[in-house]
Amino acid sequence: MTDASANVATAGALPARRSTRWLARTREARFAALLLVPSVIVVFGIVIYPVLRTLYTSFYAVNSPFPGNYPGVGFHNYTAALSNPGFWSAVERTAYFTFVSTALELLFGIGIALLLYAPLRMRWLFRTIVVLPWALPTIVNGALWRYMFDANYGVINAAFTQLHLIGSYKAWLSSPFGALNIVILADVWKNTSLVAFFLLAGLATIPRELYEAARIDGVTPFQAFMRITLPLLRPAIVVVLVLRTIEAFKVFDIIYVMTGGGPANGTQSVSFYTYQRAFSDEYFGYGSALAYLIVLFILVLAALYIRALRSDNYGIG
Amino acid sequence: MREDDERPITRRDFLGTAAAGTAAFYLAACGSGSSSSSSSGKSAGTVTLNNLFQQQAGYSASDIAGMTAEFEKANSNIKVNNTLVAYEALHDKIVAAAPAGTYDVVLGDCIWPAEFGSKNIVKDLTSLVQGLPVNEIFPGAIQMALYKGKYYGMPWILDTKYMYANTAMLKKAGKTTADLKTLTGMVSTLEALKSKGVLKYPFMGSWKQAEAVVCDYATLVGAFGGKFLDSAGKPVFNTGGGVQALEFMKMLLDKGLANPSSTSSAEEEVLKAFAAEQVAVNWNWTFQLAGATEPSKSKVPAGDVAIMHTPQGTPGVTPPGVNGGQPLMITTGSSHPNEAWEYIKFITSKQAQNNYVKDSLPIWAPSYDEPAVIKTAGAQLVSVAKTQLPDMILRPQVPNYNAASQELQVQIQKALLGKTSAKSALDTAAKAFSAGAPV
Amino acid sequence: MAESRRYRIFIHAAAIVVSLVFLLPFAWLLIASLASPVDLLRVPLKWVPSHLSFSRYESIFSSTGDTIFANFRAALINSLIVASATVAISLTIGVFGAYAFARLKFRLARASLLLFLSTYMIPPIALVIPMYLIMVKLHLLDSRLGLIIVYCSFATPFVLWIMGNYFQTIPRELEDAARVDGCTRIGALFRVILPLARPGLLSTALFAFLIAWDEFLYALIFTSTNAAKTIPVAIAEFTGRYTTDFGLQATGGILAALPPVLIAVVFQRYIVGGLSAGAVKG
Repeated sequence: MTDASANVATAGALPARRSTRWLARTREARFAALLLVPSVIVVFGIVIYPVLRTLYTSFYAVNSPFPGNYPGVGFHNYTAALSNPGFWSAVERTAYFTFVSTALELLFGIGIALLLYAPLRMRWLFRTIVVLPWALPTIVNGALWRYMFDANYGVINAAFTQLHLIGSYKAWLSSPFGALNIVILADVWKNTSLVAFFLLAGLATIPRELYEAARIDGVTPFQAFMRITLPLLRPAIVVVLVLRTIEAFKVFDIIYVMTGGGPANGTQSVSFYTYQRAFSDEYFGYGSALAYLIVLFILVLAALYIRALRSDNYGIG
Repeated sequence: MREDDERPITRRDFLGTAAAGTAAFYLAACGSGSSSSSSSGKSAGTVTLNNLFQQQAGYSASDIAGMTAEFEKANSNIKVNNTLVAYEALHDKIVAAAPAGTYDVVLGDCIWPAEFGSKNIVKDLTSLVQGLPVNEIFPGAIQMALYKGKYYGMPWILDTKYMYANTAMLKKAGKTTADLKTLTGMVSTLEALKSKGVLKYPFMGSWKQAEAVVCDYATLVGAFGGKFLDSAGKPVFNTGGGVQALEFMKMLLDKGLANPSSTSSAEEEVLKAFAAEQVAVNWNWTFQLAGATEPSKSKVPAGDVAIMHTPQGTPGVTPPGVNGGQPLMITTGSSHPNEAWEYIKFITSKQAQNNYVKDSLPIWAPSYDEPAVIKTAGAQLVSVAKTQLPDMILRPQVPNYNAASQELQVQIQKALLGKTSAKSALDTAAKAFSAGAPV
Repeated sequence: MAESRRYRIFIHAAAIVVSLVFLLPFAWLLIASLASPVDLLRVPLKWVPSHLSFSRYESIFSSTGDTIFANFRAALINSLIVASATVAISLTIGVFGAYAFARLKFRLARASLLLFLSTYMIPPIALVIPMYLIMVKLHLLDSRLGLIIVYCSFATPFVLWIMGNYFQTIPRELEDAARVDGCTRIGALFRVILPLARPGLLSTALFAFLIAWDEFLYALIFTSTNAAKTIPVAIAEFTGRYTTDFGLQATGGILAALPPVLIAVVFQRYIVGGLSAGAVKG
């Protein structure tokens, strides 16, 4: 797409074409900088010191919150983390959590987005209901699901036994893998609505004429979905995927509230592992290194996504 | 169906939003001015203390407010601001605030003096504490802030695990509370309850992978005459009494005497089970007494709830209970340590504690003979407490307690689930206690 | 015709299933908030407890003094203020920056966006202690303003990324048409792009609102009193050392969910605005 503005700017200019484009470019660049200044101030103003300080801390063996003279250890904290099986178990669990929850949220999210867009009766009521899980604070959401799956009094046990789906009350949250899946369930229940609303906004930008034209051509709804909706929704899907992945990798609050990392570290996400090492154990140097390793992992993941689902965005890759 | 119209967002709309945002911003900013209560007072000579307490444990918020009001009346130059937070947040807030010196007095847990003392987060109060009538404080209580011979805090909240029993159920099995005096007696009582069909699983432990399981384990270590650390501070719980304790827990599960959900239950679940008449015998903190006798919370008639000393491992030898106390500490960053100590002295005094006995028992032995105390706290509780509190087993005071305890919890669970033997589980855990930072 | 009818039945059935999945846990929450603790312990469970009482709601609305109930009321207000301000500020700032990423060509566009996004990738736990020290130095500890600033710092990259992408999906011709008519870039932003981007704007606003509404760790560490305590912190205080009254947490949860739901209901009409035929052919 040609940039009309550049042409407008160069109309009537005297020097050779190359330098006028350069002039326009710099003007654009300066304008862009101006537009970005508030963002830079707000984001980096408050964050730059902590970011740098934590990075700095990661190169020392710091074991108390006080500033002081600690021995420098170079990359030792990083190598210790990378060679620690506890760390990799946490990474594995987080990867599983991320993959499963994001996939489910996307799957259900698209479905619900389509429903939100569809001509339902009492559409406002449906939309309100879909918003409900999102509105519930995570801290209550975690308590809710933990209570529902309680081994002795939970409603899930009550319902399933009364419906004869299981014979007797089960201790759902007692197995490490079971607990992890239930945390995923709680997370998906809450976040799918968000994904749905976000994709709804994406759906809304798809021109209806495309669907009308397709219908005239005799295309089935399913084919319309696969050939029109999905491809045009791809930018929105990429964004949602990247953001949910980042969130899932950082997952902390729901684990803090629901399981505290257990049982047997079964729900210890990599962020929770970092919290335990940095705060509970007060290994701040090690914890700082862990944090930056997490950022690295997320960056790589995000880059992979964007490359794999290459949309023609300005984006990263 | 036409959706909403697309009138352009005019500059006015935008300015309106920006104005609203700015208004909210200022609203918030105004709020911040009043809250920045720094530690220096208004008038000359007035000192303000900022303290960190815990919400809903031991003393209630109104109890603390009451004690504080009396303190301020007696000390007109000191003003006190107390912040109450959930227990889980306590450790993190103390650590985060340490470099900034935000708080003067903080309420800690008996498992933190080693960590906080060695990292210089709280002050050494040895000389101050020893200036008090220490011999009137329960020996078990005074230990809760001790690390390497120094006192890093002053005991304030005192708690230990007692044994609770549903006497109606015991009766159905032909047993009484006297049968629960020893561990062997307890086991035969449980077996009777089971074989007579009173309950499928008469006992329940709080053996979840959390500090809860370490507390139950500690109770048994004490009963079997074991120790966590030797005099040199090296872990020895993987020998003798420590191993017997874990094997005992496993035995209860294997024989079907302990409810299988014990391994995913904390103290709260055990109380709920007792209150729902699903458990006949268990160990728990003081709070179970109130929770099990209140009609809106429990199906058990109040008269059927018995509270007693934890069972003896060796008949005739009174075992120590697990120390679950919480000491008050002074941060090293505090700018008013003297005033902070005055406050601590006041609220830990006999007088202050005797006035609020309903929520937490005093640290002073003589108080337990005061008629007013006995009346308010309940005769049954006071008489048992008098015997249980003097001797308490402290969980190991090591600077890396949190990390080591985590490992111990995991290993105990592994042993209980049959994945490893008790001895090897404890051997692995013992290594964690002597370990340092992650290598 | 028949197909359309089958279609309608299908979507309504699907909507009902989805609604049930979302509503049932809420129904349980409601029941728990009205039931006494002993009722919830019954096995087998009675689905509607025999005694329902509004005492928890009453406590929250009428309790005075330094109680966890009064704290909750204060927290509700704090959360509303903090979340609204965060949305207003981060959206305003972010929209300008997003325009730059979407429409302007400049070197380091990719790198700077990546830089913004990478701050969003840092787990909050990593920055807590240095951030705490800053808050102390700026006297922002235990203040709503402090929380707003911190939340804006991680909501803004988010807005930049999402709105940037969203703007990209809006055809340039519309803007170009406006600018040919003499509009400036910013004018075109307001008159052409933003109205069309309204669905995206509102979704982003909802997202940003949730970030602030739900945030737990920083609120926990940086706030102490009712001056700034937010809802997650207040609800966390409903838990005692060894006991939880789940009914109380449920009560708090329901009350805390009301404001966001109301906001979403009010704005949900705006989220779906389609491109009308006129705008495209324009």
